[in-house]
Amino acid sequence: MATTQTFGGGVHPHEIGNGKDSTKSQPIVNAAAPARVTIAMSQHLGAPAACCVKVGQVVNMGQVIGEAQGAISAPVHASVSGKVVALTTCTITGGKSVPAVVIDNDYEDRWDESVKPCENIDALTPEDIRRIARDCGVVGLGGAVFPAAVKLDTSKLDPKPDTLVVNGSECEPYLTSDHRMMVENAEQIIDGIRFAMKATGVKCAKVGIEDNKPDAIEAMRAAATENIEIVALPAKYPQGYEKMLIYALTGRRVPNRALPSAVQCVVINVSTCAALSAAVREGKPIIDRVVTVAGRVAKPCNLRVRIGVPLLDVLDQVGGMTEGVRKLIVGGPMMGKTIPDLNVPVTKSFSGFLALGDESVNTEESACIRCGRCLRACPMGLAPAKMDSLVRHGDYQGALNIGALNCMECGSCTYVCPAKRELLQAIRVAKAVGGRIKGM
Amino acid sequence: MSKYIVSASPHLRDHVSTRSIMQDVCIAMLPACIAGVLFFGYRAAVILALSVLTAVLSEKFYCKAAHIKDTTGDFSAVVTGMLLAMNLPSTVPYWMPVIGSAIAILLCKMIFGGIGQNFINPALAARAILALSWASLMNTFAAPAFGNLAGVDAIASATPVSGAARGGFTLAQLALGNIPGTIGETCKIALLVGAAYLLYRKVISWHIPVAFIGSFALCYLIATGFDVNATLYQVLSGGLILGAFFMATDYSSSPATSKGKIVFGLGCGLLLFWFRFGKKTPAEWCSFAILLMNVVSPLIERVTGSKSFGEVKK
Repeated sequence: MATTQTFGGGVHPHEIGNGKDSTKSQPIVNAAAPARVTIAMSQHLGAPAACCVKVGQVVNMGQVIGEAQGAISAPVHASVSGKVVALTTCTITGGKSVPAVVIDNDYEDRWDESVKPCENIDALTPEDIRRIARDCGVVGLGGAVFPAAVKLDTSKLDPKPDTLVVNGSECEPYLTSDHRMMVENAEQIIDGIRFAMKATGVKCAKVGIEDNKPDAIEAMRAAATENIEIVALPAKYPQGYEKMLIYALTGRRVPNRALPSAVQCVVINVSTCAALSAAVREGKPIIDRVVTVAGRVAKPCNLRVRIGVPLLDVLDQVGGMTEGVRKLIVGGPMMGKTIPDLNVPVTKSFSGFLALGDESVNTEESACIRCGRCLRACPMGLAPAKMDSLVRHGDYQGALNIGALNCMECGSCTYVCPAKRELLQAIRVAKAVGGRIKGM
Repeated sequence: MSKYIVSASPHLRDHVSTRSIMQDVCIAMLPACIAGVLFFGYRAAVILALSVLTAVLSEKFYCKAAHIKDTTGDFSAVVTGMLLAMNLPSTVPYWMPVIGSAIAILLCKMIFGGIGQNFINPALAARAILALSWASLMNTFAAPAFGNLAGVDAIASATPVSGAARGGFTLAQLALGNIPGTIGETCKIALLVGAAYLLYRKVISWHIPVAFIGSFALCYLIATGFDVNATLYQVLSGGLILGAFFMATDYSSSPATSKGKIVFGLGCGLLLFWFRFGKKTPAEWCSFAILLMNVVSPLIERVTGSKSFGEVKK
C-alpha cells in the first residue's frame, strides 16, 4: 500500500499485543441507556465548567448543565433527560476528583429545545462554526480533549495555517473506535473536515490513516471531496502523535516545545470531525461517544455510550470481565491511564476501556545493559536511558539539559527496554521536579 | 485497597528481555564452538565448559559476597565464559580458563557494577591479561584434525596471522577453519552463520562489524595495491570475524548511538590495520584493537549524540 515518509524511531506493539482484531470488524453498537449518569464538569483541557443546575431540577437531553469558564474551556451537557438528583464529585482518570452532576434517567430521551438543525448551512461564517463548536462542547475526541473551538480559531495566527491534518491513524493497540467511525461514518467525518476547513480558512486537508485499516482508507477515499487527501501511513506507534503525523503528511517538523501552528498546521481527530458535523448540521452537543471495550471482557466491541455512564454499566453491556484482570485502563495500552475501580464515569476522553491481565504488568526492573534500543525507539530523538540514569542519581536538571521536556510520553522507550526499566516514568519525574526547580 | 494495579503507562512490553538477548548471543556462538570442538577435540569442549562454569560461579559468588541480587539468570556470565574460551587455544592447561573467567567476571565486570557497567569487554580483557602473563602458553596452537575428538597433539603451530606461516593456507581453509587458532575463531562460516542470526534477531546492528571489517579491508587493499587475495586472507585470518561481530558489539563497552558505532568500528579497523600490516609479531592483535577502542567509547558516544526531532528549525 502506498505510504509516505515516516518519522524515525517508533515501535510495533501491534505485532505482539494487537488486540484490534477482536473489535475491528464489528459494527458500532448503541449501548442501552443507563438508569443514572454522573457527568463530570471537567471533561476537557482547560478550566472546568461551572455547574448551572440545581438538585431536583428536570433537565432535557442536550441541555447545558455546566457552563464554560474562560477562554480555554467547554460547556457540559446532559446526556439523558431526567432529574438532577445530586451535585457531587467524582474521580476521573488521572485520579483527580472533580465536581459532577448526577442525573436519573426518565428514559424519555427528550431533546432540549436548544438542539435544532441549522437552517442555512451555506450562510455560516467561520465564526459561526467556532461558536457552534464551543456551544456544543466539541473537544478533541482522540483523548486529549482540547476544546475544538480554540483549535479552530486561526484568527490570531501569523502566518495562517495552510493544511488541516486529520488524524485517523489510531496507532494504539486494541483501539478501533476511530477505525469503525471511518468505516461507518466516513461521509459525516468528511463533512466535519469541510466545516473545520471553513472555520480555519485552510484550503487543503490531509487525512492520515495507518495501512492496517484498508477498509477505513477505502471508505474515506470514497467519501472524500475536493482538496481532501486520504493518505495511507505505515502502521507504527506513535504515528498518531501530532508531531509525527504532521511530519508524515507534510514533511514539516514542529520545533521542540512549539505547537502545530508553528508549521502552519491544524490537527484534528476523525471522530472530532464527526462530532463537529453533528454539531453544525443538527445542533447536537456531545452527549455520547464511541468507546472500544476490549481485553479480558466477554464480548469485546465498540459501544456508543452516553457521557457519564459508570464503567460498571458499560461492562454489563459486554458481558462483564473474564478471568485474570490485573489492570483497568482508560485509553490505549501505550498511553492510557489506569483506574482503581469501575465507578469512574465515561467522559469525552474515553477512546477505549481495556481490562488487561498479566501481559500489562511489568516484571522486575534490572540493570540497563546499554543496548541502545530506547535511543532507536524514541521518535523525538532523545536519550531515555541517559535521562533515567540522571534522574535516579537525583540530577533532574541534567535530564532537563538533554531535552527531557521534549519527551511527549509515548512510552516507546519503556516498551522496548529489555531490562524492563520504567524509563518514561523517570523522565516524567524529571519534568515534574525540574519544573518546580525552575519555578515554572 | 483496590484489587487492580494502578501504574504509569505504557502497559505493554516487548517480549525481548536481557535474558533473551544473552541467550540469543549464546545460540549465535554455538556453531563456532561446535566447529572448535570438531577441529580441536575434546579439550576444546572441556575448556568451554570450565570457562562458562567458572564465569557463572564467579558471578554467583560475587553477588552473594556483595549482598546483591543474584544476576546469573540473565545469561550474560554464560556469554562471557563462552567468549573467553573461544579466545583460548585448545592447548592451554585447564587452570587457564578457570583463572581467565574469574578475572573476567570479578575484576572486569562485577567490581564495576555488573552488567552494563563494565567499560571494557570482560572476556577480552581477561584474554589480554592471560596473553601477557603466559605468552607462550597462549600462543601454542594445535593443528586441527577434523573429527578427531580424542584430541590432537599440542604442538606449537603457527596461525595464519603469525609471521612465519603467513600465506601458508588457502582461502577455503581459512573459511572452513581447519587451521591452527583459538577454539572459536577459526571457522568463519560458523561465525558468519551466528552473526547472521544476531543481525536477524536485531541483537546487534550492522554498524560496528561493517565499519570494522570494511575499514580494515579498505586500508589493506590500498596498502597492498589492491591485492584482493591478500586482503581476503587478512580478513579471514585471526580473530577479526569473531571480534567484529561478537566482541566489538558488546553493548556495555561500545557506543549506543549509530554514528558512534560507526566511529568505533572505524577505530577498531584502523588500529588492527596498524597492528597487523607489515609486522611480524606472533600475537593476534584484534582483541587489543577492540580493547583500546572500548576505553574511548564513552567519549565517542558523548560527541555523537543525535539531534532531537524538533531541533532543526530552531
